[in-house]
Amino acid sequence: MDKLTELMQQAKSQLEATSGLSELDEIRVHYLGKKGLVTDQLKQLGQLPAEQRKEAGQEINKVKQAIALLINERKEVLEEVALNERLQNESVDITLPGRQMEAGSLHPVTRTAKRIEEIFMQLGFGVEVGPEIEDDYHNFTALNIPDHHPSRASHDTFYFDDGTLLRTHTSPVQIRTMENKEPPLRIIAPGRVYRCDSDVTHSPMFHQVEGLMVDKDVTFSDLKGILEAFFKAFFEVEDLPTRFRPHYFPFTEPSAETDIQCVLCNGGGCRVCGNTGWIEVMGCGMVNPEVFRHVGIDPEEYTGFAFGFGIDRLAMLRYGIDDLRKLFDNDVRFLKQFA
Amino acid sequence: MKVSENWLREWVELDATTEEIAHQLIMSGTELDGIDPVASDFTDVRVGQIKSIEQHPDADRLKVCQVDIGLDDLLQIVTNAPVELEQKVPVAMIGAVLPSSKDGEKPLKIKKGKLRGVESSGMFCGSETLGMGEGDEGLLAIPDEAELGKNLRDIFDLDDVVLDLDATPNRADLLSVAGVSRELGVIMQAPVNVPDINVAELDHDQTFPVKITADDLCHRYVGRIIKDLDVKAKTPDWMIDKLLRSDIRSLGPVVDVTNYVMLELGQPMHGFDFDKLEGGINVRRSIAGEPQALLNGTTVNLKAETLVIADDNQAQGLAGIMGGEDSSVSDDTKNIFLESAFFLPEKIMGKARQYGLHTDSSHRFERGVSPDLQVKAMERATQLITEICGGKVGPITDVMVNDALQKRDVIHFEAYRIKRHLGIEVEASRVEDILTRLGCELSAFENGWDVTPPIFRFDLATSEDLVEEVARIYGYDNIPARLRPMEPLIARKEETLVTDEELRNVLVARGYQEAITYSFVPSEVESLLSPSQSQIKLSNPISEELSIMRSSLWSGLIPALDKNVKRQQSRVRFFETGLSFVQTDQGLTQRKKIAGAITGSLFAETWNSESKPVDFFDIKGDVEALLANASGQDFEFAATDHISLHPGQSANILSDGNIVGVCGAIHPAIEKKLDLDQQVFVFELDIDLISKKKLPEYTKLSPYPSIRRDLALLVERNISFSQLKKAIERLKIKELVESFVFDVYEGENVDSGQKSIALSLIFQDFSRTLEEQEISAHVEKIMASLKKETGAVLR
Repeated sequence: MDKLTELMQQAKSQLEATSGLSELDEIRVHYLGKKGLVTDQLKQLGQLPAEQRKEAGQEINKVKQAIALLINERKEVLEEVALNERLQNESVDITLPGRQMEAGSLHPVTRTAKRIEEIFMQLGFGVEVGPEIEDDYHNFTALNIPDHHPSRASHDTFYFDDGTLLRTHTSPVQIRTMENKEPPLRIIAPGRVYRCDSDVTHSPMFHQVEGLMVDKDVTFSDLKGILEAFFKAFFEVEDLPTRFRPHYFPFTEPSAETDIQCVLCNGGGCRVCGNTGWIEVMGCGMVNPEVFRHVGIDPEEYTGFAFGFGIDRLAMLRYGIDDLRKLFDNDVRFLKQFA
Repeated sequence: MKVSENWLREWVELDATTEEIAHQLIMSGTELDGIDPVASDFTDVRVGQIKSIEQHPDADRLKVCQVDIGLDDLLQIVTNAPVELEQKVPVAMIGAVLPSSKDGEKPLKIKKGKLRGVESSGMFCGSETLGMGEGDEGLLAIPDEAELGKNLRDIFDLDDVVLDLDATPNRADLLSVAGVSRELGVIMQAPVNVPDINVAELDHDQTFPVKITADDLCHRYVGRIIKDLDVKAKTPDWMIDKLLRSDIRSLGPVVDVTNYVMLELGQPMHGFDFDKLEGGINVRRSIAGEPQALLNGTTVNLKAETLVIADDNQAQGLAGIMGGEDSSVSDDTKNIFLESAFFLPEKIMGKARQYGLHTDSSHRFERGVSPDLQVKAMERATQLITEICGGKVGPITDVMVNDALQKRDVIHFEAYRIKRHLGIEVEASRVEDILTRLGCELSAFENGWDVTPPIFRFDLATSEDLVEEVARIYGYDNIPARLRPMEPLIARKEETLVTDEELRNVLVARGYQEAITYSFVPSEVESLLSPSQSQIKLSNPISEELSIMRSSLWSGLIPALDKNVKRQQSRVRFFETGLSFVQTDQGLTQRKKIAGAITGSLFAETWNSESKPVDFFDIKGDVEALLANASGQDFEFAATDHISLHPGQSANILSDGNIVGVCGAIHPAIEKKLDLDQQVFVFELDIDLISKKKLPEYTKLSPYPSIRRDLALLVERNISFSQLKKAIERLKIKELVESFVFDVYEGENVDSGQKSIALSLIFQDFSRTLEEQEISAHVEKIMASLKKETGAVLR
């Protein structure tokens, strides 16, 4: 039995000294393999007297199992060491940037137009578009703006030699829609518009959204309700004060200009609102019956409201852009800010 | 119109602050472009008179003055201003406060002090110091008659502001003090005092004949001769001040009075030198080419259809716009002929603009002067002129050729229309009150009123006009906002239609910035990029740089991209959507395009990817990503002869044989002409032609394994991949489920003039596992077809 104890001791110390899995396997073979030392012991059982064999066999098996257990235990330890080492070796600087195509960005005007469209679509308004080179009829006459009317002067229209023009507002889209579709109508018309004017606050090209609602019982009260709701949703200010001031547009009556409380100073007065606390954002009003007559809608049956505002202006207010011309300068460093 | 607040307060009794008045005006539809005090709010500046001037003992530039300010003792004041003995000067007293004209600077408080050792008890003031505008150098001039010791604020009526009123174009009646007062009376419920205008007593009976030939343009012409005037008499200060506060300079009493009456009552007038007129007045149309020397010193050649005021000899002025030079009132004028007329707004609209003119007179006539004002204004002007210049008044000649506008049509105004448009009930008594106060005459019927608007409100002609007036005075603020319940209108959204948004998102995800460039571009750029297009030119562009409508979005995008490159941004990826404008045989087309332009490296410089400049296949990949949205269409890239693109690196994109777009490298020659710093790749697609999506349709997946065969082919260099692909597709092998290129190689081990293309073929069947022999048979067939069609052989 001394031999067995010795083998056991020997195996134990050898196992403790192992550092690799292959070495561990060598030890296993050395003791438990077909020609291993413990296996040898079993083979030698036959030389013992028969009555001792059983007991001796049990002893040898015990040692065999003990060594096997030790090997397994050691194996687990070594495997864990090996795994840890691997993990160590495979670790990367996860703070380095990932491999990718850096994302681009939508233009702030597009982004704003999208936001406006989404809000109005929730109210059941569809989006309509139309041509930018327009005829005089759709841009002016059908909107109750006759030739030489003083309000034409404020439109600063770009003309072509054949008498066509660049639309000065997207209202012609409303006319075209009313010519082609039957009420009830709820539409908005976003797009580029043009005026022959260029300075710090004017660009010869800018963007407008005009909207129109026509139904049997649309009132000024509805106009106020829907547009107030819009501005609250757009600026995400639940109690945003608005005010409607009487104004004059040939295509609406009554007409109004709408101010919202300055979203930058909350009405306290700042450079952007000219210290008035209010910012003019929109023209609107009840559709003038003359306009309905031009498009063949019976003004005795239907009423409607129309409105229009600058997308660029809302984008500037929303994102704090202080110079309109930046919007069309297309400096990538500017555009990337809207990613 | 700019107008003094105090002038308005003379007309209307207002128990309200300037701010309250401004607010009421704004909320009833008259915008205010400014509220400007006529002076700063300085205190205790009085009239003094210089009694002695001595040189300062220790300073060359200073003088020591003794000043009488109406008190027992003289004040000693040291000054560096040029002063004379007995001169009347503004004196800031000890304790006076002079606010700074600059923001943020502290006000100046006058204290007793010593200047270089000499005591000084006050300060003389210039106009700038007092916030009275930039006057001449030196001290503010004080009128000789000013009482010593009197406060300057009283002398010059300085507790006043100028209201810069911006009436809407329909409210011609608000272009006068009388009109604004009337409006204030209504909106602030205040009494209005209309000054009496007396009918002048006549001193002689001479008249000047008046004929209205153009009786469709001019309905009424009122004239009068005033003789023996002293035109050198001085316009009184109160009138000069009022004119100045309305930005009108004093130009002698006759012109001043006509301007004053225009401001006061709203009737533009004109005074002729009577002795320069011959025969009689003829209000007629111009003869084209007729010369007219104008008061502003210019001479214009008249266009046809201009209304002129002529005498027997020549045109003496543009009616309602500007008087003529030849018959204008001068220092030598003794007798004048005064004009007060009514011209039809719609007939003279735009006429001033034709001559590049816009005058106070044309502004009012185009919007509409009240047709009942002419005689009243004549009497008012007569009264004021004779008060200043004396003179002998003759009888009025009043020629009215059409009296249609002297009375108003009745508006049948049904009460329900108020609720129908506004959404609220307004009590009948309130409606009556509002309309009556606005000057309307009402006659009630059941459920409404017959309303006769006042003659000066020709913007009131329909029921809706009256609804607007009721709303305006009732107050828009008092109409509640209602978020009405609405029938759902479900916007139809076609699943098989590619949206602009989807296309934009593809490019944003691929690193593009969206640009927005002007739709009008320089002619040279259009000529270089789209030489075959006939250019669509604006008649009145802002500049030549912005004069041609773009036929391709590239005309804006490429210069925008290059501008960034020149700003040290070497990697730029731009796209834009918008209309392109092309003149075709069928007429003008305005088509929606999406276009892109890229330059620089494919990826932003980073630690783990190779910096590789973009090439044709990058832009083509972006285009293919866009086209992938249009899953219901097949696209083909074919060589193009696009003149501004690199002939070997550009392609037309075809769908069903139609060109739907183009992409490629900018032609090196064009690149040079456009002065581009880097190679630029571009694409442009017609959005409506790449918009068909396939509605996905499920097909079963095969449970059987697929088998791959790779072919390494050798072909001539000029054989395209699409030729190989077609040679295979033509066989219509249904078990061939996929094929793709996995390598293209030229160089070592491949003969020059040849290239190696490695194709992978994937075979699969839906009912069974394919046998080896079947696949070999397919591959043989494919090789045979490839060889026959393209000369390809296995490597």
